[in-house]
Amino acid sequence: MTTSLLEVRGLKIGATVYPPGEKPHDIEIVHGVDFDVEPGKVLGLIGESGAGKSTIGLAAMAYGRGGVELTGGSVMVNGRDVLQSSTRDVRRLRGAEVTYVSQSAAASFNPAKQIMEQVIEAAVLHGKFNKSDAEQRACDLFAKLGLPDPDNIGNRYPHQVSGGQLQRCMTALALCPEPDLVVFDEPTTALDVTTQIDVLKAIKDAIRDTGVAALYITHDLAVVAQVSDHIMVLRMGEMVEYGTTDEIINHPKEDYTKALVSVRSIEHEEKQPTEPVLRVENITARYKGTKFDVLHNVSVDLSPGQTLAVVGESGSGKSTLARVITGLLPPRDGTITFAGRTLTPDQPSRSIEDLRELQMIYQMADTAMNPRQTVGTIIGRPLEFYFGLKGAEKQKRIQELLDEIELGKGFQDRYPAELSGGQKQRVCIARALAAKPKLIICDEVTSALDPLVADGILKLLLELQKIEDVAYLFITHDLATVRAIADSIAVMYQGRVQRYGTKSEVLTPPFDDYTDLLLSSVPEMKLGWLEDVIANRKMESAGN
Amino acid sequence: MHPILKLVAERLGIGLLLLLAASALIFGLTEVLPGDAAQAILGQAATPESLANLRTEMGLDRPAFTRYFEWLGGIMTGDMGVALTNKLPIGDQVASRMSNTLFLAFWAAIISVPLALVLGLIAVRYQNRWPDKIISGITLASISLPEFMIAYLLIFFFAVQLFWAPSFASINDSMTLLEQLHAISLPVAVLTLVVLAHMMRMTRAAILNVMQSAYIETAELKGLNTFAVIRKHAFPNAIAPIVNVVMINLAYLVVGVVVVEVVFAYPGMGQYLVDAVVKRDVPVVLACGVIFAAVYIILNIVADVVSILANPRLRHPK
Amino acid sequence: MFKNIPLSAAIGLIITGTYFLAAIFAGVIAPYGMAEAVGDVWEPSSAEHWLGTDQIGRDLLTRMIYGGQTTILIATLATILSFVTGSVLGFIAAVSGGWIDQIMSRLVDLFMSIPSLILALVILSSIEATVVTLVVIMGLLDSTRVYRLSRAVAVDISVMDYVEAARLRGEKLSWIIFREILPNALSPLVAEMGLRFIFMVLFISTLSFLGIGVQPPLADWGGIVKENKEGINFGIGAALYPAVAIATLAISVNLIADWILNRTTSLKGGRG
Repeated sequence: MTTSLLEVRGLKIGATVYPPGEKPHDIEIVHGVDFDVEPGKVLGLIGESGAGKSTIGLAAMAYGRGGVELTGGSVMVNGRDVLQSSTRDVRRLRGAEVTYVSQSAAASFNPAKQIMEQVIEAAVLHGKFNKSDAEQRACDLFAKLGLPDPDNIGNRYPHQVSGGQLQRCMTALALCPEPDLVVFDEPTTALDVTTQIDVLKAIKDAIRDTGVAALYITHDLAVVAQVSDHIMVLRMGEMVEYGTTDEIINHPKEDYTKALVSVRSIEHEEKQPTEPVLRVENITARYKGTKFDVLHNVSVDLSPGQTLAVVGESGSGKSTLARVITGLLPPRDGTITFAGRTLTPDQPSRSIEDLRELQMIYQMADTAMNPRQTVGTIIGRPLEFYFGLKGAEKQKRIQELLDEIELGKGFQDRYPAELSGGQKQRVCIARALAAKPKLIICDEVTSALDPLVADGILKLLLELQKIEDVAYLFITHDLATVRAIADSIAVMYQGRVQRYGTKSEVLTPPFDDYTDLLLSSVPEMKLGWLEDVIANRKMESAGN
Repeated sequence: MHPILKLVAERLGIGLLLLLAASALIFGLTEVLPGDAAQAILGQAATPESLANLRTEMGLDRPAFTRYFEWLGGIMTGDMGVALTNKLPIGDQVASRMSNTLFLAFWAAIISVPLALVLGLIAVRYQNRWPDKIISGITLASISLPEFMIAYLLIFFFAVQLFWAPSFASINDSMTLLEQLHAISLPVAVLTLVVLAHMMRMTRAAILNVMQSAYIETAELKGLNTFAVIRKHAFPNAIAPIVNVVMINLAYLVVGVVVVEVVFAYPGMGQYLVDAVVKRDVPVVLACGVIFAAVYIILNIVADVVSILANPRLRHPK
Repeated sequence: MFKNIPLSAAIGLIITGTYFLAAIFAGVIAPYGMAEAVGDVWEPSSAEHWLGTDQIGRDLLTRMIYGGQTTILIATLATILSFVTGSVLGFIAAVSGGWIDQIMSRLVDLFMSIPSLILALVILSSIEATVVTLVVIMGLLDSTRVYRLSRAVAVDISVMDYVEAARLRGEKLSWIIFREILPNALSPLVAEMGLRFIFMVLFISTLSFLGIGVQPPLADWGGIVKENKEGINFGIGAALYPAVAIATLAISVNLIADWILNRTTSLKGGRG
């Protein structure tokens, strides 16, 4: 007799797709996966987008999202195959034996009902507790999860608490009915980095204290390493590698796993500052129609051919700084000097030369390219617009640029929608390079990409910097990225530059409290990292 | 003050302003366009002199601004002036015809609203299966025909071929309620068909929108059955959009009434308005036009206020 | 673009095409003269008169063909007027923003707060209904709806990063409108055009039926119903032919509009 709580064998999952201009047809997205979860243990499911990890997680509750269908194999929960169970039995299982925590608690709570009512609903429905006992248990869980005012927070409505708090409430919702297994589906991905580790710690403690088993789904190996006993690496609906957390992190066997583990380990030699190409002095700015400055007295320099990383969490003003430099948001005060010239505050009055030498790459490559233009048109337009290139000459240059971004032949006539996420971002890079700029502002250019793809983009950017001698103003919330590429760093917090200097200066202690919090919040691919960090912190994160 | 009351007050204020602007627009349109009441009375026999005389007599030579406020004041107090054609006070006519029109619209609403909601729910329950397809087919057919066409099709089959209902909907006070209902059965059927299609389509869309929310998935993953999911989680969030749908369609009904009354020679506001347009009786057109517009605008304001009140984010501010 | 055309859209295209051809060549294909009394009152259908005759003995098929010509002509012209006015103003409002946008949008709100049938009735009580005035009244009243749609679509697109990228590049307003915004706004607007056309057919038919639209001796579908409506009480279905014509035209245009919308929303890139 097996001791497994969850036993998945040969699980196959299919979906119906509706490609334009073709008849709808079925595809298989998970091709036979086996794994077990023992009582009280945590299994991490890790993979990039399209790996099928969320789909597999939901299969443990016999649930197919959208048009997804569980087509083959077996999913045994406590010895019963849920794929063969009646609808009634499946409903008895959901919310009682197996519960679910989603990525976006904000969308997963009913906006019209108080939090408490939703947290205890499943426990009461399945007769685990009566209403008052369930409420007591919920309050205990709120306290255990570190929520403020645990006795009363349940009376609030979902929109009345912060994102980090709501994610904790969702965890309480999942734990309230004393389930045997909780499926955590990227529960911290949508949170700010400093909030993420607090929630992660709360979840980890709650799992330990309640003795519940868990499936922990994420794309971030460093995160899953902190909470799980075993890890299964998935790729394109198939298992790549399975092992204990120690085996996967410290002794990976498969190349794909090795790549995932070594991601973010790009080495970059820091350069010393020289006469700056961009000088931002005492910038203060606010948005039209608002009464608060989002930037206060911001000053930074950037040397030619180097990278200045501007780091901060959402609301720190880092993207606003980009808008001020590009002239989309004229500042209230301060000056910007670029290539020795003082830039006019508003973009329409700038010279073509200024516009050409200052290019921008966006976070979402999808919306940064006109879907009705081919790659050739997208890259060709700056060539035509700034340099008047035409015909064969233009074609030759387009091909050179495509080669530089490692896309090769045949991409000219494709539309953006025919490219993968990484390829799209490469085309955007080529469009910026086409202008032969002195400075490129990179606004979170890798944060929408899978880690391996993002790594490729960062390597490419570093490579191109050597060839083209272009400076990058790199806006990001991800400190791992910063370590990989920056020469100098500006840490932003609530519209101010909190800490600024060369990379080694900024990353060398002693730190101010915020920089310490931010730096320590970046998950490391190391077992036991989470506990160390929490124990050594000086400052509470704001997003709780 | 609770912020939601402020929002509602704001919306009501804007609504009032809109009502005023709409009345000015309607009045203004008849002003700037060529021809006026004096010309309409004299017709071909008009000479410049007789026109000028009549204008002075009717007060038409005074500034438009003054006349607008006099007219507006009159409408507010129920004094809507006299019809050009028969010299009868417009207010009396409007009073009796208004109650007839409301009678008709009331019964159409009573039947169509619950029917549309039930059919909308069925369409959602059997989404993309045959009941949904039949419902959307009927919807497509009925929005592809003008109201009067639906009316004549019904008359042709139910009044002329089958003798189930009269083709003229004349009612008076001496009839019993049952007799009156029988008389208006066909116009009510037409109005019901016309708004039913829109209302069903919008109800279906509103409910589907709610059903696709992540919190519905949460409820399903708690093990709730379909009925409980709809009752406890979908319904509280669907009320606002559905009330909105109903209000918009009641507003639509008000316009549909105009044509249907003409077809069935029903003594209501719509027929009065169309008659007046044909006879170029501008004072009557103005009075009726502004009343129709007001009802339409007020229903839309109610719809907006309901959506504000039903929004949990506004009801329970941070 | 005609590859993979679904059956429903093909049927829609064929029927719509037939109606438009019949309207254009009405003078050639109509068997009799438009105002010519050629038979008895309300004759049933026969080999000479496929649809029978009307209330004063004119050939009904001929009346239907000429009626279709008037109805389709007015609806088409009004749709074009409505689109040109509405989309140009809508784009200007979206791109310029500020007080221009405010004034135009509030004015459109005002016009849309009153049902267009009521406004049309008020206006037609003061001026003569001719083909030109009808086209102008219907076109301008309806342009408010096109304005709202095109403004919304253009605003949606103009906040996209690729439009910002073009602005940052230093592109002129004309490039941004014609190369970046318009290609992406075209499909929803074309689909809407179909729906506006149907609305125009229904609108002009309603006005004519009420006796304040197209005036005799011109024939149009709404007018034919008005002329023949007494017959219904004697079980004569002459007034119902326009119903069939309007319904089939409306449904087939709807099918085309649906196809255009679906084709573009599922287009590579996902944005219509």
